[in-house]
Amino acid sequence: MSKPAIIFDHVTYQYDSQAEPTLHDINLTINQGEKVLIIGPSGSGKSTLGNLINGLIPHAIPGKITGQVTVMGQDVENSSLFDLSLHVGTVLQDPDSQFVGLTAAEDIAFAMENDATPQAEMKTRVRQWATTLGIKDQLGQSPQALSGGQKQRTAMAGVLVDEGDVLLFDEPLAALDPATGKQSIELIDDLHRRLGITVVIIEHRLEEVLAQPVDRVIVMQDGRIIANETPEALLKTPLLREIGLREPLYLEALDLAGIDFNDTTGITSVNTIEAPNLKQKLSDWLTGEPAHQKPAGLKPLLAIKDLTFGYPKGPKLFDHFDLTINRGDMLALVGENGVGKTTLSQLITGFVKPDAGTMTFAGADLATQSVKERADQIGYIMQDPNQMISKIKIFDEVALGLTLRGVDEATIKAKVEDALKICGLYPFRNWPISALSFGQKKRVTIASILTLSPQLLILDEPTAGQDWRHYTAMMRFLEKLNRDSGITMLLITHDMHLMLEYATRTVVLGHSGILLDAEPAKVLTEPAIIKQARLAETSLYTLAKRMDMDPFAFTAAVIAHERQERHV
Amino acid sequence: MSNLFGFDGGDTWLHHLSGATKMLAFVGISIIAMASYDLRFTAAIMVMSLILFYQAKIKWSQVSLVVKIITAFSLLNLITVYLFSPEYGVQLYGTRHLLFGSGYLTVTSEQLFYELNLLSKYIVTVPLALIFLITTNPSEFAASLNKIHLSYKVSYSVALALRYIPDIQNVYHQISLSQQARGYELSKKAKFSQRLKGSAQILMPLIFSSLDRIDTVSQAMELRRFGRKKHRTWYMDHPFAWQDWLTLAGTAAIILIGAWLFKVNGGRFYNPFR
Repeated sequence: MSKPAIIFDHVTYQYDSQAEPTLHDINLTINQGEKVLIIGPSGSGKSTLGNLINGLIPHAIPGKITGQVTVMGQDVENSSLFDLSLHVGTVLQDPDSQFVGLTAAEDIAFAMENDATPQAEMKTRVRQWATTLGIKDQLGQSPQALSGGQKQRTAMAGVLVDEGDVLLFDEPLAALDPATGKQSIELIDDLHRRLGITVVIIEHRLEEVLAQPVDRVIVMQDGRIIANETPEALLKTPLLREIGLREPLYLEALDLAGIDFNDTTGITSVNTIEAPNLKQKLSDWLTGEPAHQKPAGLKPLLAIKDLTFGYPKGPKLFDHFDLTINRGDMLALVGENGVGKTTLSQLITGFVKPDAGTMTFAGADLATQSVKERADQIGYIMQDPNQMISKIKIFDEVALGLTLRGVDEATIKAKVEDALKICGLYPFRNWPISALSFGQKKRVTIASILTLSPQLLILDEPTAGQDWRHYTAMMRFLEKLNRDSGITMLLITHDMHLMLEYATRTVVLGHSGILLDAEPAKVLTEPAIIKQARLAETSLYTLAKRMDMDPFAFTAAVIAHERQERHV
Repeated sequence: MSNLFGFDGGDTWLHHLSGATKMLAFVGISIIAMASYDLRFTAAIMVMSLILFYQAKIKWSQVSLVVKIITAFSLLNLITVYLFSPEYGVQLYGTRHLLFGSGYLTVTSEQLFYELNLLSKYIVTVPLALIFLITTNPSEFAASLNKIHLSYKVSYSVALALRYIPDIQNVYHQISLSQQARGYELSKKAKFSQRLKGSAQILMPLIFSSLDRIDTVSQAMELRRFGRKKHRTWYMDHPFAWQDWLTLAGTAAIILIGAWLFKVNGGRFYNPFR
């Protein structure tokens, strides 16, 4: 019954701009109605594979193909992009940049407009799909007014109107908060079952995608397929760790407790996993771990008192808000979108002025200092490094802050080289910035702030869009700065793993102030907070509950153990 | 940041008119009002355009800044016209009725009448332009441009440009803040030349991030078959209704009256002093 939807037959592909092929001899068949996950580290070629399915390669991005790709019986190389798009609907990574309509309704109708569909029919079908995806009330709104989840649903509706056979998702979780990401994966599963379409998901976050059943996981590395298995079989092998992808957290816990994955059943979900003596082994392990210790004796670095602020014509974001950041904190600031996380950092850096309240930094009142003066002590790193970089050469970019402050050249050279060494960029100092990867660019922006010797670094989503290996490298680097150079960190993030594993303290921001200020593991064991802040509970919590263990003690122990291993 | 020239949804008859109708009417009436120096005619259109502006129910807060700027420049313009040539009206109308003043700075009825003409022209066009910008949905406008036989690719790029203005403003703002934190003083404290140099530094990241965007958007558009057919339909398309035809007929009538007055006056100027 299962007919093939997508066939790769000995496909090798090389971008015109690259010296080496990105894909090597790919053989792959995906059947109609299957749900397949393609994972792999950054640069493994998984996005390239996706672009061969929807035809962007070779039709919009030039390169050299050998072998044959067939999608729904059509040879990709010899069909037009337009014909292929009738079969394959693609939802790109960043819904913001693929919006073309002025309102959600127009964006959904875009493909139909191009097919010259009569207006009345368009209106019916837009309404129908908007209802299916739960965005009926947002049809008249502009894309900027939509939440991340609504944007993605609009993008989905925009390709579902084609009623194609294959739906392709390129990193659907990248731009979403944890709770929305979870809903999004549920929605994809629901569409897959109800419409019987073939679904291909490209992601590097395995655990989140596996929250719903997947037929097969295809693992890519260095342009080759190195595994093509059911999730069950894949999770039992050590392959993921070997290639720098993260296995689900609950499996890490099982591993610590010395459980052999081959003895388990139901390994794909924390709700179904079983092993002989599972409960006993886990609680034995927990008893053997040292008791959790609280950090003590901290001195305040930044004290915010009685802060009140709201944008003109907007609601009050902060109303008599108090927060003290201590020296040496590695503080994660989490909370729902729009709750004022970025605004808080802009109040601290002086980009916006508070309506009332005081901020004291290292004993001095911030209100009397200009943006520039504050920047000498407080560094602010934006999410997108491209928005911060204004020079062509790495050295010049890193030196910029000092040059502008009129520092003499010898000092500049010494400080810049120092910062470049700390950031691991010294060998590249004469390179053009454009030759760097996203993660390296981020390091450039950090290096350029480090030259000003800040005491506090504010980082907005430091690991967004990076795979586990790069994520780990970035976070270890930040951790090292925090530990060795004593720089206090304020991390604004949606990433629960980051918060859990690297932060020493978490502040959950809600609409009416701070919901919780505690150790990271504590936050994820408070269901009410999780719900309010649109976070997602981790599988460690779920596992501990299932095994009748104390979720906080268990989560804290697993994380503490991992940290220790990291520092060895 | 308020949207200076943005479309603002509403429900008046002016909002319901097709974008092409409004554009044609705005351009047509503005040209005839600019050409004519018959104060009776321009004053009548001025009253009409003020009534229309009132009917469009545009929020004052949205246009107050623009209106203030335009008013300031118009006054400046009127004063300059007078200062450069206080007797220009006398030359034009061929008579001289001195009201007061002597030497170079004289005030004559002719000069006042001439400047009144200028003023009425400004007042005609500004409300019409604002009505067009604020009551026209860019998508619907693109659709109506396509209807008057402009290529749909061109029409769509107009709508797309309008769609991305707020996004780009946003990115600009972000970049500007980060540059300030690095040490560029872009606030009012800095010298103008410094601010200019600082602003130039924002352009490079802005251009690069915009180029990236253009790439992604054009791929997203192709994936949804933009450019596949010779024709496309428009979700926001709005058939020409009788109101549109009536408005166009009214515009034609106004233009004809203006042209007829040229003939009656024996030129563009109406001269009450003869």
